[in-house]
Amino acid sequence: MRPSTVATVLTILRKDLLIELRVRESVPAMALFSVTVFVLFHFGLDRDSLEGELASGVIWVTLLLAAVIAVNRLFVVEREQGGIDGLLLAPIDRTAVFVAKSTALLLYLVLLELVAVPAFTVLLLGPGIGGALPELIAVLALANVGIAAVGTLVAALAAETRARDLIVPLLLLPLLVPVVIAGASASEPLLSAGGGAEDLGKWLGLLALYDMTFVLISIAVFDYLLED
Amino acid sequence: MATAIELEALERRFGERPALTGVSVSVEAGATLAVFGANGAGKTTLLRVLATLLRPHAGRARVLGAELPDEAWKARGKVGYLGHDPLLYRELSGRENLRFHARLHGVTRARVEELLGAVGMSARAEDPVRELSRGMVQRLAAARTVLHDPPLLLLDEPRAGLDPGAASALEPLIGRASGRTRVLVTHDLERGLAESDVALGLRAGVQAFVGKADLEQVRELYSR
Repeated sequence: MRPSTVATVLTILRKDLLIELRVRESVPAMALFSVTVFVLFHFGLDRDSLEGELASGVIWVTLLLAAVIAVNRLFVVEREQGGIDGLLLAPIDRTAVFVAKSTALLLYLVLLELVAVPAFTVLLLGPGIGGALPELIAVLALANVGIAAVGTLVAALAAETRARDLIVPLLLLPLLVPVVIAGASASEPLLSAGGGAEDLGKWLGLLALYDMTFVLISIAVFDYLLED
Repeated sequence: MATAIELEALERRFGERPALTGVSVSVEAGATLAVFGANGAGKTTLLRVLATLLRPHAGRARVLGAELPDEAWKARGKVGYLGHDPLLYRELSGRENLRFHARLHGVTRARVEELLGAVGMSARAEDPVRELSRGMVQRLAAARTVLHDPPLLLLDEPRAGLDPGAASALEPLIGRASGRTRVLVTHDLERGLAESDVALGLRAGVQAFVGKADLEQVRELYSR
């Protein structure tokens, strides 16, 4: 009996999370990387605190670079241990593989942000973040969806190549430029002293449009990426 | 008797390099096709085309009534593939691996336990695959291969790493006694010939012979 798409998504997702829980290769590396980068900025900029434009730029670039680590690892277990053949031999909807992998990546990003945002607040951010937290969470949530969709697509593409570590950042980062622009622009007033949520709706709308576009593109082409 | 596999002038390339050229063979349901050839002759490529993991580039390939590659989805789930890789996750236990594949194929947990017993792995079912010996991994891989009770088995050196006892234990699952259609790649020439109804010889991707073959013919494939 062919399993439902939802059941397949949950099966693959559960397997991925179980493996990550045991090997701890993605999330701890991402979190450690982001904290290290904040410390480097702290000394490199020779400033005790940042705010506004600079703070926004630092946190978004750091999050995106940390995301590269997880994207690099997303299909490694499938390619190195033959798991992808197991998935391709099963009578499943291949969209389920995309949804499961991108959901796993989304969860890794959320876990990263649970560490990185407080660390950024303690190490670098001048003004408090408290009042703007709901808005910042909304910006991060929409950005995460886009990063997860594009990241899964790039990970599947790069997994077939020997130069995976090089291909992922070269393909991923240019594709994520709109996320940086929208995320940083939306966050800038939120990370400023006494700043309000200027133009927040516009940037959230842009992020939502980006998410929809890349989720649809990814679903449309993912099946072909898995073919030989 | 129905035809399980029908290949006509099958071709497959990797870039410009031909891996299979002009392969034509027909296998009845329940019969065993033994594939012989030196390293790099195209045996594994043939298995992967039949498993729908690689697309044929020319010719005709029909597997269990499905025309490849257009109807590959019809064949998926009816094929059991035991290749060089066990297709098992090293960080998961044998039981977790089989349950994962069982869910993908819509198979019950009872079947997983039945197969763990059949391959003699019940006692080590909770151990991570990375801690198991090669023979144990191969036993689990055989269990994974027949988990969904496929009518067609594609077997690439299925006894590799197995002791005689384990090899005997797997016979009812992947041997002739299973009653399934089998495509068997092996370097054990005598055994391969004894087990086969049809033999296919490949030399550098080109069909050297097909049909009934004798040991001399097969040995000739390996001479340089």
